[in-house]
Amino acid sequence: MSVRLIASAADRRLLDESRRTRSMTWIMAIMLFLTVLAAALGLATLRGAGLLDRQLAGRLTVQIVEPDAVKRDAEAARALDAVRAMPEVAKAVPVDRAELSRLLGPWLGADGADPDLPIPAMIDVDLGQGTDAAVAHVSAVARAVAPTVRVDRQEAWMSPVARFMDTLVLFAGGLVLLMAAATGAVVILAARAGLETHRSTIDVLHMLGSTDVQVARLFQRRIAIDTLIGGVLGTICAVGAVLFAGLQLSLLGSDMLNGLALEQRDWIALALLPVLFALLATIAARASVLSALRKTL
Amino acid sequence: MANIVQFENVGLRYGTGAETLSDLSFTLASGAFYFLTGASGAGKTSLLKLLYLAQRPTRGAIRLFGEDAVTLPRRRLPGFRRRIGVVFQDFRLLPHLSAYDNIALPLRVSGVPESDVQAPVREMLAWVGLENRVDAKPPTLSGGEQQRVAIARAVIGRPEILVADEPTGNVDPDMAERLLHLFDSLNRLGTTVVVATHDFHLLGRIQSAHMMRLDNGRLLDPTGSLRFPPPGPKA
Repeated sequence: MSVRLIASAADRRLLDESRRTRSMTWIMAIMLFLTVLAAALGLATLRGAGLLDRQLAGRLTVQIVEPDAVKRDAEAARALDAVRAMPEVAKAVPVDRAELSRLLGPWLGADGADPDLPIPAMIDVDLGQGTDAAVAHVSAVARAVAPTVRVDRQEAWMSPVARFMDTLVLFAGGLVLLMAAATGAVVILAARAGLETHRSTIDVLHMLGSTDVQVARLFQRRIAIDTLIGGVLGTICAVGAVLFAGLQLSLLGSDMLNGLALEQRDWIALALLPVLFALLATIAARASVLSALRKTL
Repeated sequence: MANIVQFENVGLRYGTGAETLSDLSFTLASGAFYFLTGASGAGKTSLLKLLYLAQRPTRGAIRLFGEDAVTLPRRRLPGFRRRIGVVFQDFRLLPHLSAYDNIALPLRVSGVPESDVQAPVREMLAWVGLENRVDAKPPTLSGGEQQRVAIARAVIGRPEILVADEPTGNVDPDMAERLLHLFDSLNRLGTTVVVATHDFHLLGRIQSAHMMRLDNGRLLDPTGSLRFPPPGPKA
């Protein structure tokens, strides 16, 4: 039993395995199941928010709100030409009136298709770089040729959704940290209970000249293995649940929800969680045992 | 002979009770053999606990291997303990380990490579007559066999001091004499031996042994110069 990080085969027999319970493994399986779910939710939301940002960044809606249909169409045509001529603009597409009527259908019913209804003319503009200066320049150019123009950034409409997604990411991150803290607490309790269970063995080892580090290594090894086994079990179950949820989301056919997809690096991060938790458990067990032993002679 | 242990006005109190040991002042010479005698409850086990650093005294000074053992930092205790072999009164064998693994413990604790563990453990098992019980676990051993495993475990690391608390309490007279012979052999190799016993039949077996008698936590002969047969308590 020398000063090594890993216990040897002979050292591993020092603690009576028959007095070991499997509860720690199952607790860790549940903890990792919940942690992986929370992490998957956070990562998927992060990817979704990123996709939303990429889709909406630099996209503008130019509205011509002139009530007179003839003037409106003329202003819309001038605005479209002026905007398309700008180097900052990657794409500018007029929104078809029939499409607008269809979108307004749920609120206006059949009246939405009335040609006398003064629905604003709209142009979807995609800027290469959605900087404030570019948006201001487009607004100025459009307003110069069409006085009744109004320019809206699409990301402004979606900002409550983006804020909600950011909150969800923070919430998931917080959950993962909370689960890590809870795992640490469980490990500390388990290590202290283990110390009590094996008190007589530890007393003998101390009397024979064992150092605290040697004794701690026996416990940290056992707890690390329990955490790793339980963690892998929990992670496998959680990954199964995530895949099932992903399948259900894809069946909904929503563009936004389809954005909530995990990338390869996310799956790797999830797979590393049980290893990280085993490392955390090892450190917590070591610190806990060393702290408890320091109070003895 | 140089002194390996020195006690000066040592007292030991458990909790708030009366002193279990009082005003102990004595020295143990390196390489000498000591019997510690006294009635049950006289404080023999408590004195041994101070010797093998399982307790710190409530007062007084203890020097061990030339160093102050009272204020010895905790991190240095393992190094000191490896220089002391202990035979506990209740053996304290690890019940889930074989006789072999119990005896090998001090070597493994000291970091001896596994390849160097087997030979001395086999030798020690033969020395205590348990070469046929290598894989037996303590619950399957008789009291005498357990005691011999405990003795083998205490001496395998060639300690500088061997402390034995009633080491012959569970064995027949023949085995008791044999074990005492083992202690004597070890002593001749230079180990300081301290044997606590109330078995007066043993005391005359080691002619060179010094005697220390405890009565109600006080040492009757602090010089440790008594020889068997001992004088009465009032002498």
